[in-house]
Amino acid sequence: MLTWIAILILAALSTVAFLVGRRKALASAGGSSAKMHSLPGYYGTYVALWVGVPAALLLFVSIMLGGRLEHGLLTATEPPVLQQLSSEQKELFFEDAQALAEGRQLSEAIYEPDVKLALEAKANEARVYSNAFRQGTFALMGVLVLAGFLWTFPRLNKDFRARNRVEGWVDGLLLACSIVAVITTLGIILSLVWESLRFFSSVPPADFLLGTHWSPQIGMRDDQVGSSGGFGALPLFAGTFLVMLIAMCVAGPVGLFSAIYLSEYAGPKARAVFKPLLEILAGVPTVVYGFFAALTVGPIFRQAFNSLGGLFLGGPLNELGLYLGQVQNQMALVAGFVMGIMLIPFVSSLSDDIINSVPQALRDGSYAMGATKSETVKKVVLPAALPGIAGAFLLAISRAVGETMIVTMAAGLQAKLTLNPLETVTTVTVQIVTLLTGDQEFDSPKTLAAFGLGLTLFAVTLVLNIVALRIVQKYREQYD
Amino acid sequence: MTDLPLTTTTASDRARDIRAAVESRLKIRHASERRFKLYGQLAIAIALGFLVLLLGRIVTQGASTFVVHSISVQVPLDPARIDQTELEGVNYDLMVADAVLAKLGEKDDDYGSKSEAIKDLMSPDFGFQLLNMIKADASLIGKTVTVSGPLRANADLYFKGEIKRASPEEERTLTNQQLDWLDALKSSGVITTGFNIGFFTKSDSTEPEQAGVLGAVVGSAMMLLVTAFLAVPIGVMAAVYLEEFAPKNRWTDVIEVNINNLAAVPSIVYGLLGLGLFINTLGVPRSSPLLGGLVLALMALPTVIIATRSSLKAVPPSIREAAFGVGASRTQAVFHHVLPLAMPGVMTGSILALAHALGETAPLLMIGMVSFVPGVPTGFDQAATVLPVQVFIWENASERAFHERTAAAIMVLLVFMILMNAVAIIVRRRFERRW
Repeated sequence: MLTWIAILILAALSTVAFLVGRRKALASAGGSSAKMHSLPGYYGTYVALWVGVPAALLLFVSIMLGGRLEHGLLTATEPPVLQQLSSEQKELFFEDAQALAEGRQLSEAIYEPDVKLALEAKANEARVYSNAFRQGTFALMGVLVLAGFLWTFPRLNKDFRARNRVEGWVDGLLLACSIVAVITTLGIILSLVWESLRFFSSVPPADFLLGTHWSPQIGMRDDQVGSSGGFGALPLFAGTFLVMLIAMCVAGPVGLFSAIYLSEYAGPKARAVFKPLLEILAGVPTVVYGFFAALTVGPIFRQAFNSLGGLFLGGPLNELGLYLGQVQNQMALVAGFVMGIMLIPFVSSLSDDIINSVPQALRDGSYAMGATKSETVKKVVLPAALPGIAGAFLLAISRAVGETMIVTMAAGLQAKLTLNPLETVTTVTVQIVTLLTGDQEFDSPKTLAAFGLGLTLFAVTLVLNIVALRIVQKYREQYD
Repeated sequence: MTDLPLTTTTASDRARDIRAAVESRLKIRHASERRFKLYGQLAIAIALGFLVLLLGRIVTQGASTFVVHSISVQVPLDPARIDQTELEGVNYDLMVADAVLAKLGEKDDDYGSKSEAIKDLMSPDFGFQLLNMIKADASLIGKTVTVSGPLRANADLYFKGEIKRASPEEERTLTNQQLDWLDALKSSGVITTGFNIGFFTKSDSTEPEQAGVLGAVVGSAMMLLVTAFLAVPIGVMAAVYLEEFAPKNRWTDVIEVNINNLAAVPSIVYGLLGLGLFINTLGVPRSSPLLGGLVLALMALPTVIIATRSSLKAVPPSIREAAFGVGASRTQAVFHHVLPLAMPGVMTGSILALAHALGETAPLLMIGMVSFVPGVPTGFDQAATVLPVQVFIWENASERAFHERTAAAIMVLLVFMILMNAVAIIVRRRFERRW
């Protein structure tokens, strides 16, 4: 509540700063904006930024760190009655003290009367801390607002380079936003590497990457048979690759040709109808494709293969017939096929945008030389758009590799080292989900293996992407 | 060419030869042209065929959810059967079952087997309705009150033809007697058929007939709000920086590789990030829309950046040069001219990224959103479930009645997706520009 009031006051102060700054600058130029270095609004914005932003940043930081700081102060001194409690009970005690101070719901822990007294004392202490902290924050915010105003306001006159200063702020903001992406990557790498290191300390990386036996279920006792588990991830990689390959065989040609048709052949009317329809396919969530694969495509494929197998029975291909007769719903082909459907709009929409951005002049030049449309597409447009299209395919591949829901629902859980599309396979992503949605004991190799797999997945997409960037750079052509 | 000696060919002969050669080649070229066009049409037809099949299957599987069979019963609140000192302990379900039996003109046997069989057909919600009525107004005891609501899922499935009388009795979940009762109640008008409003006004439940999507819809909306407010502004600004401001040096190369790379990171890795960073390190509450929104915002960020960058790239340099020419600064040129011209592409890309985030399931499984949440989430830090995860949960449920609800929940999800896509298309169609 107080925080919201502080934000409102800050907004109001910034508005006032904007108005007075603008007025002062205008007044110094005798009311004529033509004599000023920048437009009047920039002077106001400059003051408003210095008044509002530092204080707002401080407020944000204090909200982020406040609870933690208070917790640290609170736990610095332990009341003597706590000595009888275990460390978990102590943790709960301090959490409850903070909850009591903030008027939140307490945990269900039951305390002895003397501990209860200590709890209330601690809660009072917490209130003192949080009040002091809040007052300190607000006071500091006030100082920042005042300092910002005094730093900027006296300097305003018609020759002040306000626009450049404001643009400096804008540049800083833009840079900060692009750094978020780097921080995200760092976060991913750090969290993956950290947990993976713990995993690889119990399972050697070579066994993980090259082993052919995957059975992460670990026995309850150390001496149990098979208690070591098997962490050879090669079958998972093979399964992932197989499903991806099938998916790209469906999505690649269909997606690319749709894109060519839409951008080069379809008239404006057809384009206005087909493109949105394709994008509906792109908007369909993967969990829906999973539902579709498991309940519609799987049974259809199984029946088709089973009846095909029936035709071979008794003939020279009897073995094949027998094999086809016992094909199951869950197979790599179903998952890959449905994944391919999912990727069609992804490939086509990206390729379409890229083909569209090839300058019309190139096409016109080709037509003027007497080339047909398809020749223009094959010889001029596609080579020009190749880097972008390679990028599109690459993104599609990495999406296929990382796709989770379809394979979870349609490919199965059995780790098999096979390239037969009619077999049940499992993929890296399926195993991550299976390992992490079960029991959440964070220290067992079983859960840490998920992070090992995640790191591998991440590394593979990294390599894929670097290769793609190479291709893009090699073929890049500059227009205009 | 011809085999004739050169001396005998005249100029007109040669012209005819060339013409013949060109014409025969032209035939081949036109045939290949037609083939190429056909491939394109075929590709579109295949893609749209899958779309029709996919949507058709969902609709045929889910449509029956929107019909519900309800029953309305007058229950006499016999004071002898209600212990006023302990209202919670009264067997209200039995009172409802007896009322239904009375309606059917039957009497319960000594073992209570008939009333048990009736209870199987009635939603347990009736008992709670009675309890709440009596709690609200104790003077109702001794009078007759009306309770109404959906039948239990099995009975509902019978009316929808999922459970068939023709199949052997031991293979069905309902006995012949129960089916006879249902038919009798239906023909006497006690059981009515109507639109299933409850599916939209209730949240998840362990009873299929009481389960609805409201909680999941609200959860999805809250999560998407967090995602939109983080991913779109940050993404657009990052893209503007990289495309228009960044000096071309090693640093910006790193950032660029980074972002392209992030776009290729599988969504499930973001789930691992959410688990490792947001939950374990920063202490963001598990299963909350805030956490889900944060994870999805990081996931959508590169998509927004890439879409924005490519539409910024598509704006020709002449626009910038013209702006510089009339004295605009770089910031002015970008924010007054380039960005507005790129806006249709930016909006389309952002909306599609958000639509994708709305349907994302895998990373949310990692951060604890698979838990059973029976109510509407009340805050951004409260446990919530979202539509796609609701679909996943119901798809895994063993009760058959949940399967039609899965398809129906998908339909609800798809309606939101289509709305978002429609907005993206309108933006594109109204403002798209070819340079």
